[in-house]
Amino acid sequence: MTVPYRPLKAPEILDLYFIENRARLLDIASFLDRIDRHEGAAQARSDFRYQAFVKSVAALLASTDERTKAVQLLCSDMSSEPLESAVGLKAVGAWQGGDDEGN
Amino acid sequence: MKAIDPHIHMVSRTTDDYLKLAVSGIHTVSEPAFWAGFDRSSADCFRDYFHQLTVVEPARAARFGIRHFCWIGLNSKEAENLELSREVLAILPEYLDRPTALGIGEVGLNKNSRNEIKVLEQQLQLAVDRSELLLIHTPHLEDKLKGTRIIMNMILSEPKLDPSRVLIDHAEEHTIGEIKEQGFWFGLTLYPNSKGSPERAIDAVEIFGTERICINSSADWSVSDPLSVLKCANEMRRRGHPEESINKVFYENPKSFLSQCPKFQVG
Repeated sequence: MTVPYRPLKAPEILDLYFIENRARLLDIASFLDRIDRHEGAAQARSDFRYQAFVKSVAALLASTDERTKAVQLLCSDMSSEPLESAVGLKAVGAWQGGDDEGN
Repeated sequence: MKAIDPHIHMVSRTTDDYLKLAVSGIHTVSEPAFWAGFDRSSADCFRDYFHQLTVVEPARAARFGIRHFCWIGLNSKEAENLELSREVLAILPEYLDRPTALGIGEVGLNKNSRNEIKVLEQQLQLAVDRSELLLIHTPHLEDKLKGTRIIMNMILSEPKLDPSRVLIDHAEEHTIGEIKEQGFWFGLTLYPNSKGSPERAIDAVEIFGTERICINSSADWSVSDPLSVLKCANEMRRRGHPEESINKVFYENPKSFLSQCPKFQVG
């Protein structure tokens, strides 16, 4: 007999995923602390990847059910023109051009 | 349970991984042609690679009762070299004719450059000329949204390419909606450090539904897990989804997409 699907309720999701996401949150906190306590912290904090990262952390506090998409967009190249060449380039996870457009 | 991994790079995996797949319930895999981790120096290197995909891997898989299929194409990372691309594109039909080659893939964009676009255009034309299925690679990380949009525009501007015969892979939260809206199949990749997790993949199933979605490991030479498809199925199970839905996402869906090529048979 097929058991009808009953989606989890939000408190059950909290029970199921809280501990592992608490650990992930601590990893992020310690990553930011690690940058702060090492030489060159100011330089690292001005890097476009760091800027995209902290903007993404702030986006987590928004009241929306699309935080994941918001983080993806904060780290995306929003332009539409092809690059002249890809030689020597690789993806780094954030878009350097984003700063100028308030991305 | 039975599952199909529609995107796994077995040339980079050990024979022991075939055993793990077999005893865990994955008896059918499809392997797209991809970047080897270094740029190849000549078209002859691609001949060797396509031989490996169409002859060596099916035989290695068969020892464990696994059916191995492949996709033939020039990956976008090596498409920046137009001279090499021209030579490689010339040999593709010979390997697309092989009995386990399901179509052209994984082709697409990497950094969204003009040369990558030129080479993709030529491979899309080859798909039209030969009525081939397409498996599309979308760029990584910050380049994904832009690249996915460019690729979709290219495909949709060619009326002879039917989106229902195209799977756009490595989709994520910011691209799934647009891909699905246009009628394409979409793939989610489970990659421990840089792509999606089982939790996020099942979130996508819950948000976007079970239609036209395929979930894959893309396991290769980097940090990856050939059993991640089954771990993702288990994530769906632990959230209480019925077995019928789990079977649809991890077995029936890839079977439906891949069966559009008459050479495909499940193991």
